[in-house]
Amino acid sequence: MTVQGAWPWLTFAGLGLFHGLNPAMGWLFAVALGLHRRSRRAVLLALAPVAAGHALSVWLVAASVLAMGAVIDMAAVRFAAGAILVLWAGYHWTYGHRHRVRVGMTVGVLGLALWSFLMATAHGAGLMLVPAFVPLCTGTPTLGQGPLLLSLRAVAVHTVTMLTVTGLVALVVHEWVGLAFLRRGWINFDLLWTGALAATGLALIVTA
Amino acid sequence: MATWTPDPTFYPSPRMAMQAPVETLAYVASFDPARRVPDAITVVDVAPGSATYSQVVGTVAMPNVGDELHHFGWNACSACLCPNAPHPHSERRYLVVPGLRSSRIHILDVKADPRRPEIVRVLEPHEVAERSNYTRAHTIHCGPEGIYVAALANAQGEAPGGVFLMDHETFDIRGQWEIDRGPQRLAYDVWWHLGHDTMVTSEWGLPASFENGLVPEILLGGQYGHKLHFWDLHTRKHKQEIDFGAENQLVFELRPAHDPTKAYGFVNSVISLKDLSASIWTWYREGGSWAVRKVIEIPAEPADPALLPDMLKGFGAVPPLVTDIDLSMDDRFLYVSCWGTGDLRQYDVSDPFAPKLTGTVRIGGIASRATHPKAQNGKLNGGPQMVEISRDGKRVYFTNSLYGAIDEQFYPEGIDGWMVKLDAKPEGGIAFDPDFFIEWPKTHRPHQIRLEGGDCSSDSYCYP
Repeated sequence: MTVQGAWPWLTFAGLGLFHGLNPAMGWLFAVALGLHRRSRRAVLLALAPVAAGHALSVWLVAASVLAMGAVIDMAAVRFAAGAILVLWAGYHWTYGHRHRVRVGMTVGVLGLALWSFLMATAHGAGLMLVPAFVPLCTGTPTLGQGPLLLSLRAVAVHTVTMLTVTGLVALVVHEWVGLAFLRRGWINFDLLWTGALAATGLALIVTA
Repeated sequence: MATWTPDPTFYPSPRMAMQAPVETLAYVASFDPARRVPDAITVVDVAPGSATYSQVVGTVAMPNVGDELHHFGWNACSACLCPNAPHPHSERRYLVVPGLRSSRIHILDVKADPRRPEIVRVLEPHEVAERSNYTRAHTIHCGPEGIYVAALANAQGEAPGGVFLMDHETFDIRGQWEIDRGPQRLAYDVWWHLGHDTMVTSEWGLPASFENGLVPEILLGGQYGHKLHFWDLHTRKHKQEIDFGAENQLVFELRPAHDPTKAYGFVNSVISLKDLSASIWTWYREGGSWAVRKVIEIPAEPADPALLPDMLKGFGAVPPLVTDIDLSMDDRFLYVSCWGTGDLRQYDVSDPFAPKLTGTVRIGGIASRATHPKAQNGKLNGGPQMVEISRDGKRVYFTNSLYGAIDEQFYPEGIDGWMVKLDAKPEGGIAFDPDFFIEWPKTHRPHQIRLEGGDCSSDSYCYP
């Protein structure tokens, strides 16, 4: 794989790191469940549903983009995706604080997966990956590299990174650090996030 | 406006909130019972060592008269750190101040000058009624989905009362909270167990039964509220009703344990029709549902009928009238206001089913008219009523008015407002701060107190 061919994959992994670090994407919920149920096991058990919900949300976006890329002009896909991202960032900026809350601390496995899916979707987690998908669509199709498989591989790379980071942070915080650091250390991921969405969207539009 | 790091007054757990800095200001709802002068939010200096300690240092008049400011709360609090619905970069910056009588809601910004809050928005009664379908807004709590407001009546001033939601940044009304209210008709207080996804609501009565004072026939007929309601906090459906029996009238203030893993809380019933006693009940999780048990009963005190208002002469006794309670942040001490007898009691509730009385002070009271070391006239009226505890549990503040039209029924000459402070010992025991007695401006009476940065009835927590 060339350097050029590697960068989308590095992007999927890098964004997995970014999403995993965000307290609103799951590690904090896992820690809270561990504290409530007084067990490290509860922290670990929370990780799979968090990852599954996140992966499903991201994959739906990835599959849509790749499917679109297979049938329509790539420039149009880039432009449309860019416009959606910018609009999403605007929505997030204005109404991001306003979510219907579906699950709480008594959540089970399915509820946690649903929560993670909704959080990732509402935050546009999958949309953030779109620029990295675009070059994959334009590459020469090879045997066994159809859009479905590509999207699954991309989501797998993203999710494995995200899951690893989520799990590590959750365990370290639950076992050693405690939650007091949140008071200063919980930086405004939403601000970064909104900025990332808008920048990604603009980049797509400009390069369309 | 979003900030880069969380509001420094947000704490993940009640344990951490106890380490918060000592409050320097208290905000007090202040109303004119004659409805001639606008009500106000009064700012009191509570910083020990300050040159203006225990003095009123600011007053923000409302734009209208006759609101009857009563309870109020913050736009955002520690619940913003919850993992399932995080809003960590909101600011605790606005006081949400409803008029219980007018149904108007005022938004006060305390950021620029905490001693001179600025009214930044007023939601007029018709707007509140149209958007929420409720009136007589009472309790304000910041929570997972924004600002929760308990309202005593629907848009027509009738049953059902209920809960509606406000946006915690724009203050637009988002509408009725309940999706399925089941048998619930009456409303009063609202709070929750974030760790158990459960909302609890209590009951007073409809406006016609209190806006001109308590109606003896309704009271003696056992027709004021006497139930608790338990709801699923997230599906917004009614789950369970617990009836205390019609003799236990006026089920009021909800004080769930601050530790979100604990599934119990305390609520007061103001008066028993059987013997005029007042009671505190513990609600708790048992099996798959909620249950209650009476854990404190405070008896009426015999008194010379000559000292009693008409309403009580025939009984020859002063009912304790427990009208407010408050739970310390460590869930250890429950403070109980006996507005009738004048007692402010402290109970150790480490075992929520076996409270132990650990301290009492007496001030005011229908028959006793007990005084305060710093009071001028030596014969105080009104009694301990809205009580608020500092986050570290060392200071307790309270005021003496209940509700304009009801004050006169029990204190016929009217109430001269005051606010006092107690010092609480870590192992139990309370005493008046002899330097803290605020004689309230004669035009107004004081009601609920909110402490700068949060107090023991303002915040809820998701982490133990």
